[in-house]
Amino acid sequence: MMGASNKKQNGQNTLSALTRLTSRWSWIALIVIFTFAILVDRTALRESWLRLFLGKSALNFALRAAVPLTLGALSGVICERSGIINIGIEGMMLAGAFGAFVVKVKVDALGASFLPLSLFLATMTALLVGGIMAYIHALLSIRYKVNQIISGTVIITLATGLTTFFFNPDWNSKGKFGNITIPLLSKVPLLGEVLFSNGLITYLALILVIAMQILLFHSKWGLRTRAIGEHPRAADTMGINVNKMRYYNTVVGGMLAGLAGAFLVLEAVGQFKEGMTAGRGFISLAAMIFGNWTPVGSFGAALLFGYTQALQNEFLLAGITSVPRHFISMLPYVVTIVAVTGFVGRTRPPAAEGQVYESE
Amino acid sequence: MEHLRDTNKTSLLKAVLRTVRMPLLAITTALLIGAIVMLLSGDNPLAAYWGLLRGAVGSLSALSQTIRKATPFILTGLSVAFAFKAGLFNIGASGQFLMGTIFSVAVGVSFQGLPAVIHLPLALLAGIVGGALWGGIAGWLKVWKGAHEVITTIMLNYIASLFASWTVYAGGTAGQKPGPLSDPEAAARAISETRDVLESARIPQLLPQLFDRVHWGVILALAMAVLVWWVLWKTTLGFEIRTVGQNAHAAHYAGIRVGRTMVLSMAIAGGLAGLAGAVETLGLNYKFAPEFTGGVGFEGITIALLGQTHPFGVVLSSFLMGGLYAGSAKMQFDSGVDRQIIQVVQALVLAFVAAPEIIRFLYRLRKPTPEETLQQATAASSWSQE
Repeated sequence: MMGASNKKQNGQNTLSALTRLTSRWSWIALIVIFTFAILVDRTALRESWLRLFLGKSALNFALRAAVPLTLGALSGVICERSGIINIGIEGMMLAGAFGAFVVKVKVDALGASFLPLSLFLATMTALLVGGIMAYIHALLSIRYKVNQIISGTVIITLATGLTTFFFNPDWNSKGKFGNITIPLLSKVPLLGEVLFSNGLITYLALILVIAMQILLFHSKWGLRTRAIGEHPRAADTMGINVNKMRYYNTVVGGMLAGLAGAFLVLEAVGQFKEGMTAGRGFISLAAMIFGNWTPVGSFGAALLFGYTQALQNEFLLAGITSVPRHFISMLPYVVTIVAVTGFVGRTRPPAAEGQVYESE
Repeated sequence: MEHLRDTNKTSLLKAVLRTVRMPLLAITTALLIGAIVMLLSGDNPLAAYWGLLRGAVGSLSALSQTIRKATPFILTGLSVAFAFKAGLFNIGASGQFLMGTIFSVAVGVSFQGLPAVIHLPLALLAGIVGGALWGGIAGWLKVWKGAHEVITTIMLNYIASLFASWTVYAGGTAGQKPGPLSDPEAAARAISETRDVLESARIPQLLPQLFDRVHWGVILALAMAVLVWWVLWKTTLGFEIRTVGQNAHAAHYAGIRVGRTMVLSMAIAGGLAGLAGAVETLGLNYKFAPEFTGGVGFEGITIALLGQTHPFGVVLSSFLMGGLYAGSAKMQFDSGVDRQIIQVVQALVLAFVAAPEIIRFLYRLRKPTPEETLQQATAASSWSQE
């Protein structure tokens, strides 16, 4: 139903054609990189400097670093597609991480055999806490018409303050999500080894990327979400309850950010540290923009940003010091500025008024 | 506030009361909720707030601490408020602050033998330039390519923070080169920081026999508040900035060069935040280490909004926030309540000043006058796209 209406607007579509082209190129690039990486992994090249860039540990690190960024970016996508700017991802992530940690510690106290239960409850708490923070954001920006940047700032400050205030350094969480190796698939050279031997939340994130992409562009919910983000008045005319849907989507977005926090505590680190999100919410925002507000694009950007972190790590391990780590760390932010000033920022999907009108 | 000049005294008093009522109620409510949070965690809010009060204004040294905290707040608050007036959202005060710090410290540690009358202004100016550059980039990117300043300033914050860390980086054992500003002696002990700025570039102390480490920076900050007020309401540039802020299209048709005004506004806003960094470094820390962010994350935004984006309001709210931050240490010491509660209070203050409807609902107040609505609309109109 979308395709037909899309084709009618040829005039506006030069830009999106450009995006399609670049996305095709990025797929080709990805395939080339992976083929090359497999070569490096399987041949004598393994011993060369190429290992730094394409070795299994670099790719593994990149994926692990990309998971919270991906979830954060998905949170941003779902909120912003429905018209709510969410710079509070950082805060929702942090609050989610803290919520997960507190519940984990409390259930852990019951005994070691409760690990699956504690992980489950902690994950649920992260979703809940992220959702509550997002509800506050929605309440402020929809009900009280607060500028959404300010509202996001409130969320970040609130989360930072509350988590530090209630944090007790004596708390200690035991155990975390272990790696689940998927049979057969994990035997695929390199690709399988990197992708199919991970923790539960990593798999969940990968599934969510695909699911969100499909839902956003090929479901009624997705169409409505994009409609209320692009032209709420038109959506309203079509009988969509714009604000209700914005509440709903923002809360779901907050839950995704909370899940990112859960990943940090329950899968990556195993503990909570004050301010442990360390700007990941903002890099998520960058990934979302660089990924042009699409789930798959955001995931690609998150991988790229995760990869820059992996490189830093590899360089450090290999004792390469000629490039200061600070400059490698800058890459995601520089890339994002380039992205918003180049054509990427301009290729937000075309105004959806016509499409919504026709498809209803 | 200047539109009140012609009215008589009683209505002036009323107007002042009306202006300060909302911010005061916002703070009171935030402190009350802060107290509830303390009760939830088993703390005694009365003891905490008594400690807070004593730590903020209870003694001359407490008062000094409040003034010291308020000094950079005034400048970063002015920075955010100034950008607001041009319809721009400067969320990048912390990056501009850092660039100002680095620039001023670079000048401050060099030029041995330069007389203070030249060296100090030069170092301060360097701070302004550093911040203005950082703010100006964001403004220019917006005008040139339509890149939203909120996104670019957030990214520039991180770039500035990494850049600043690099300049003072002590180097590593694996042969990493130290940064250009790092102090070799400290680096030998693996400490990343700059050398101390030279005596000739330091801001002199203000009434040292009375205050503790309060410097002339606070007077400079107050002077900047007056200057900002003068520029915004008494000059053509200020008129243009405010017109652009209220309606960029109308400004364009009135013949104002909107792009130029926006870039200039962001540069000035950045310069103010950069000056904050310079003042903090040249007047208080005398050096830079990566952990000296000066506590300017989002405080500037809270302060600007609490001060109703008016320069004099910014000054008042800076002292208030400065007091909260200064008192929080004593509060923690006296009552054992974690000082982070102040962050919570700050977030609530921001929420309440940004959503006066909540306060109006809580205290059953009447609807705002059209004048107040206009003020609010101006602050909100800075987010017109997306």
